[in-house]
Amino acid sequence: MSFLTLTGIQKTYGANAVVRDFDLSVERGELVTFLGPSGCGKTTTLRMIAGFETPTEGSILIDGHDVTNLRANRRKIGMVFQAYALFPNMTVAQNIGFGLKVAGRPAAEIKARVGEMLAMIKLPQLAERYPYQLSRGQQQRVSLARALAPSPQILLLDEPLSALDARIRVSLREEIRALQRNLGITTIFVTHDQEEALSMSDRVVVMNEGAIEQVGTPSEIYNAPRTRFVASFVGTLNLLDGTIVDASAGAVDIDGQRATTRRKLNGAKPGDVLALALRPEALRLGAGGDDRNTLAGVIEDVAFLGAVVRVRVRLARAAIIVDTFNRGAGALPARGESVAVNFGADDLIPLQPN
Amino acid sequence: MKSGKFGAWLAVFVGVAYFLAPLVATFEFSLRMRRGEYSFDAYRVVFASDSFQASFLYSTVLAVVTIVVAILIVVPTAYWVQLRLPRLRGIVEFTTLLPLVIPAIVLVFGYIKLYGSSSVLPLTATTLGSDALLMFGYVGLGLPYMYRSVETALRAIDVRTLTEAAESQGAGILTILFRVILPNIRSGILSGAFLTFAIVIGEFTFASLLDRPAFGPYLQLIGASRAYEPSALAIMAFALTWACMGLILLLGGGAPNSTGKR
Repeated sequence: MSFLTLTGIQKTYGANAVVRDFDLSVERGELVTFLGPSGCGKTTTLRMIAGFETPTEGSILIDGHDVTNLRANRRKIGMVFQAYALFPNMTVAQNIGFGLKVAGRPAAEIKARVGEMLAMIKLPQLAERYPYQLSRGQQQRVSLARALAPSPQILLLDEPLSALDARIRVSLREEIRALQRNLGITTIFVTHDQEEALSMSDRVVVMNEGAIEQVGTPSEIYNAPRTRFVASFVGTLNLLDGTIVDASAGAVDIDGQRATTRRKLNGAKPGDVLALALRPEALRLGAGGDDRNTLAGVIEDVAFLGAVVRVRVRLARAAIIVDTFNRGAGALPARGESVAVNFGADDLIPLQPN
Repeated sequence: MKSGKFGAWLAVFVGVAYFLAPLVATFEFSLRMRRGEYSFDAYRVVFASDSFQASFLYSTVLAVVTIVVAILIVVPTAYWVQLRLPRLRGIVEFTTLLPLVIPAIVLVFGYIKLYGSSSVLPLTATTLGSDALLMFGYVGLGLPYMYRSVETALRAIDVRTLTEAAESQGAGILTILFRVILPNIRSGILSGAFLTFAIVIGEFTFASLLDRPAFGPYLQLIGASRAYEPSALAIMAFALTWACMGLILLLGGGAPNSTGKR
């Protein structure tokens, strides 16, 4: 049985449905990320799990117990907020020990646990500081320690890294993931940053307009996006319209050029127009062998991005982006040059219509 | 440029003189009780007076009780409005401003009519009842200052997130209010408290019409029957008000907030 189960969750404000038909099962010790743009309902769903919002319909079960209408302070949930939400009037140690004090734990136990948590976040020297005396990264570490101190059943993280600068964000997400693995705590992480989602999660739930678009491992989400939205939201992507030529052979026509895919065509018939996705890094410049698709076009733009050289190739109507590694030798492709682009039959991904 | 600076200094000088001249004159007059020399005799007489001590003590106790009751009413109300009922903010603000619009004499006549000895709840029939009525009247009078101070302090902190953070740690509403919210709006509460104190100490209309032995009616009585003591009392009242303002500035920093400001 799953540790956290959300069944048929709906949340409406008047006529406005913020979360629709949300079903999800999370296993014990799993880290699941809700990924989506602003307003997609990911934070509202997290707040319903926390108990800060009540679903209009549906149920939430934690470890088999229905907590749908249970107050937030009785759910044994640890939450880390985007804005840290440390109590300004309390020291770091008092912040971390707050939940244990509320639970009426003995002073000695609180002191020991606070020490343990401070050691865990590698900030034992800051116990007596106030939140305003800490950097943003330190504040978020303390916030994490406070959430974990009472040993919650589930850890909820609401965009905890978005207010931090890039370098700290990367190091802190690695720390959070390592801590989560060590403690084996079931965790829900909300973010709009696809890199965070892909690098930290066991599974990713991609959300759009209040509904789940796709649930899968980071690899599944990236390599086999089901919908146009998922494909375009996660990573850089070429989206092309292809007309089915031979469904059984996976043959499609892209801008008057033939290509084949080994992926399922979702029941499409000859003549149907399908959205097709191609990752820029799956494309190579030059003609491919017999086992690869080749499209001809003209180089329209070349952008040098350091490790990657991004080339935009114009087909007849559509343009596709090709990412190639900068190998440091040789001239960059020139604008206006005729070029062939090749890719494998597995790289051409048919998308479900939205 | 130079004429502009002169004009500014002239305006400052006129302003300072306008406010300080009566004060200095009053202070100077209060020192002239002894013929031919300056002395603090008027102050000594005032401090030695039993009526002064009794009325000042009465008003001080009343002010403290008023402040406690006002905090108990205003803080949860402002907190709840901020957290759950933001759409009611306008109505609540309007209500709290009413004591500024309705004259005290109208309010107290209303109280006497509602709680007089022939009413359903005859508070004025007993001493304790009258004291309670006066205290609640003062809570009403101090409401605009107390509510505004508390509300401003609440707006300066992220009430919702702090509440949710405390809830996620297992805290109930009372724990959240007393351990998380109150310490972080201390500056606002202190401002409201000292302003309320200053209002209650000098208030005349309510206390006089409810026939309570407060400091305001005592001031009026002395003012009508003595020469130098009223000036001494006026200076003392100013000193008390300024002390309150000073305490607001001194203690009003409150707990450090997330940005490090006190």
